Amino acid sequence: MSLLNKKIIALSLSLLALASVAVADVAVGSPFPNLGVFGLEGTLPDTTGRVVLVDFWATWCAPCKASFPAYSAMQKELGDRGFTIIGVSIDKKPEEYAAFLKKFAPGFVTVRDGTQKLVSTVKVPGMPTCYLIDRKGVLREIHSGFHGDATAKELREKIQKLLEEQP
Amino acid sequence: MTRVIRLWGCLLFGSVGLFMSGCTTVHPWERAALADYTMRPDRDPLATAMTEHIYFAREASSGGRGVGGSGCGCN
Repeated sequence: MSLLNKKIIALSLSLLALASVAVADVAVGSPFPNLGVFGLEGTLPDTTGRVVLVDFWATWCAPCKASFPAYSAMQKELGDRGFTIIGVSIDKKPEEYAAFLKKFAPGFVTVRDGTQKLVSTVKVPGMPTCYLIDRKGVLREIHSGFHGDATAKELREKIQKLLEEQP
Repeated sequence: MTRVIRLWGCLLFGSVGLFMSGCTTVHPWERAALADYTMRPDRDPLATAMTEHIYFAREASSGGRGVGGSGCGCN
């Protein structure tokens, strides 16, 4: 094999490796990234041994707004059984985020990923997308979009199933 | 030797074309500007009415125009 051919193969392999890194995202069955290392604005709750729903939302996303009452109800109903919702806003402008929270007052914890480091790492397929994590910190379900009562019912069933699992 | 130079030239040209092209993927979390109200095609009711009038007169059809929502691609 000539030197040129070897160089071309090496170049192609490097490009392939780069491409594979570029599309890497979190997968069901693997641990969800530690939220504490992404410099999120706001206070993260202690989620040790709890079932967690990480919901990515934005003030400009209409279905995200529609999901808030359902998520607030779920948090209220299932919180005592070991369930926590963390809403991660991907808004870049803090004033829009603050105004939205003041208006809608969600009944769950929200933080802001202003630098969009977390959302770029997770690579959400659409807005809104929520990630359901079991008591051991393993990602069990990815749900994209919010379609009213149907989505709320589907998520509630999955959350209850995870709550029944022992840590 | 000419063949090698030509091959490298093609590779270089291809790489430059690939990495410096104007096309890019707008990720779901980068669509705030696209979701803005000003991006709606029907944001101005008067302009919409006039455009529809022209369209329907030209195409001899009515009610076959328009889409809902803006460009955030949500849901």
